[in-house]
Amino acid sequence: MIKTARQLDKLRKECVAESNKHPKKVMVCCGPGCLANGAQKISDEFRKLLKKKRIRGFSVEAMKETGCHGFCEMGPLVVIEPDQTFYTKVKVKDVEEIIEESIRKKNIIERLLYTDPKTGEKIERYSDIEFYAKQKRIALRNIGHMNQCDIREYIALDGYKALAKSLTKIKPGDVIEEIKKSGLRGRGGAGFPTGRKWAQCAKIDDWPHYVICNGDEGDPGAFMDRVIMEGDPHSVIEGMIIAAYAVGAHEGYVYVREEYPLAVVNVQKAIEQAREYGLLGENILKSGFDFELKVSRGGGAFVCGESSALMRSVAGEVGEPRAKYVRSVVKGLFDKPTVLNNVESYANVPAIIAKGGKWFAGIGTPKSTGTKAFSLVGKVRNGGLIEVPMGTTLREIIYDIGGGILDDRPFKAVQTGGPSGGCLPESKLDLAVDFDTLTEAGSMMGSGGMIVMDDHTCVVDIAKYFLSFLIDESCGKCIPCREGLYQLHALAVAISEGRATEADLDKMEQLSEMIVIGSLCGLGKSGPNPFLSTIKYFREEYLAHIRDKKCPAGVCRALIKYEIIADKCDGCMACISACTQNAITGKKKEVHILDQEKCDKCGACYAVCTRDAIEIT
Amino acid sequence: MKHDFSKLQEIFDRYPKTSQSLISVLQDIHKEYRYLPCHALEETAKVLDVPLSKVFSVSTFYNAFSLTPRGEKVIRICVGTTCHIRGAGQIQHQIENLLKIKAGETTEDMKFTIEVVACVGACSMAPVVIVNDEFKGGVKVSDARKLIK
Repeated sequence: MIKTARQLDKLRKECVAESNKHPKKVMVCCGPGCLANGAQKISDEFRKLLKKKRIRGFSVEAMKETGCHGFCEMGPLVVIEPDQTFYTKVKVKDVEEIIEESIRKKNIIERLLYTDPKTGEKIERYSDIEFYAKQKRIALRNIGHMNQCDIREYIALDGYKALAKSLTKIKPGDVIEEIKKSGLRGRGGAGFPTGRKWAQCAKIDDWPHYVICNGDEGDPGAFMDRVIMEGDPHSVIEGMIIAAYAVGAHEGYVYVREEYPLAVVNVQKAIEQAREYGLLGENILKSGFDFELKVSRGGGAFVCGESSALMRSVAGEVGEPRAKYVRSVVKGLFDKPTVLNNVESYANVPAIIAKGGKWFAGIGTPKSTGTKAFSLVGKVRNGGLIEVPMGTTLREIIYDIGGGILDDRPFKAVQTGGPSGGCLPESKLDLAVDFDTLTEAGSMMGSGGMIVMDDHTCVVDIAKYFLSFLIDESCGKCIPCREGLYQLHALAVAISEGRATEADLDKMEQLSEMIVIGSLCGLGKSGPNPFLSTIKYFREEYLAHIRDKKCPAGVCRALIKYEIIADKCDGCMACISACTQNAITGKKKEVHILDQEKCDKCGACYAVCTRDAIEIT
Repeated sequence: MKHDFSKLQEIFDRYPKTSQSLISVLQDIHKEYRYLPCHALEETAKVLDVPLSKVFSVSTFYNAFSLTPRGEKVIRICVGTTCHIRGAGQIQHQIENLLKIKAGETTEDMKFTIEVVACVGACSMAPVVIVNDEFKGGVKVSDARKLIK
């Protein structure tokens, strides 16, 4: 139990010494991507073998199960520090060799290294890989360098130093000034200045005040907050305590999405650790400041990412948003002044307090300071989790960090901002990414999902997809959103099935305008965006569906056909066994025949054909 | 369907008996019985002193809750954006075809339930299908048969 800032410093020294006991460390990435690829088995194997083998200066404790390293496409990842040796696609059977060669000795296992796709060269150290070289990590600063949610390791990495500084040396008002100076804007998507939000809440004389962390990362294709909550929950907790101190709150909630079970467990565990160490509870570091934190699990409703809906959900109610003329800093949770920030925003706070607002403001662009974490996914070669300074261009992100498009196909669009965002075409690739430029271009920052699309992605299908998502997730309170999006979706379906006319496009544009004006919350107001941004940049593709009854990307089922190219088919029968409709017939080593009447266009034959003998027309 | 409802009391005891605990209680009941049995909802309403209509409203609002029993194997197809553009829709279509049920339904023999989930945050290995709690990444349409074995 730490009672004073001095005791915390003493503990930090102990923690650093513990961490320095092993000069060499092995980091097994246990982020979502690697775990799904079997990272747990790799870590278990390390543990088993390390217990058996005796290696000087190395033991089981020097093996860490860390949060996401970001380079998910290459997982499972194993990193050896301090040499930065970076092993990719590691399998259980490689573990023994890693221990013998790279831990006991200093040899590099060539086969497990990353190969640069441009030069074909093997790269030993991760900092030399372009994927990492162009990144700057602030919110993700600790992730990958320590065991997931271990308070001692967090303290060793200067964790809770900013908290001690705030509680003992800075007045609440000055904490807010520092955050204002940093220019930090809400990382949840809307980009509201965090310092201003805190200042508004702090000055309202209606008690108690609350702080909430929005961990309801609902945008499909985004997983930054998940990685932070799982890999470094203490940075979020520290940020929240500082926020609570600044606005005079004594109670807070972390709202975590139910679909992230590990995040729920790790945040809960981190809260208990912090309480045990005296960093949560009464009279924290003898400052006279009390703060308690609880986890609230979401129920899998997208609309609960909206602040007023989230607060109702914390209160155990149906998550329906309310009108925004009363702001939540005035009447939020239980109708009391509440500061609600996103996971990544809170994770930035300790770094800002420690290094100063001016330092943070010096990174990024003048109006969007600092860095932003993105999940770079879709049809991109190096998919994963990245953090870059604001103002980095889409081209740098997709081509330099992301390594370009999968299978070298042409780039078509990048979707940012989740269902409320939009698709940006190739002509926008040199756009410097920040809150304002993305909004001007018809998309938005959102929470940081960045989904890359190639020529096999149909924009009508994407619009249809997001609209169907939003119909499901609309809470149903406002008619323009509930019924309007439903009709918009019906028209998008008609286009994708070749049943629409050009007049329907006008109808969709009018309807969109009405939905934007007539809905209360962000979900409805931005609901038509997936349609509006695609029609803005890809009208031709819509017209191809309407006029020519063709889907140029080969996606919309009603407008495509699968055909076997006789010259290429070698009669391997793979497609015959894959077809569930018995639509393909033929004998071994003879060209197969596809019966269009029976074909339900499931695409199984296309997926299994290794000869490219099936084409979509 | 017969259930052992003795666990309910244990769940109620974990939380303060106020309406604020409603979602947490329902989540724990759902975890225990893998759906929300009617009797459990009635008990929840009584214990937390909230109208049954509100319990019902919350149970139907959140995607995490199911009011019908689920099968032995729950096949959750991730239909997040990344999975979608990498072919999740085709996979869903194929699994629905093979099991002859739609997403959200359970086969008559109670063996399989198909569910769709909007993003599980494992986008780098899209498309993802989760069978019970096991993640399968990089799934192809042609893998559908294997997934329902």
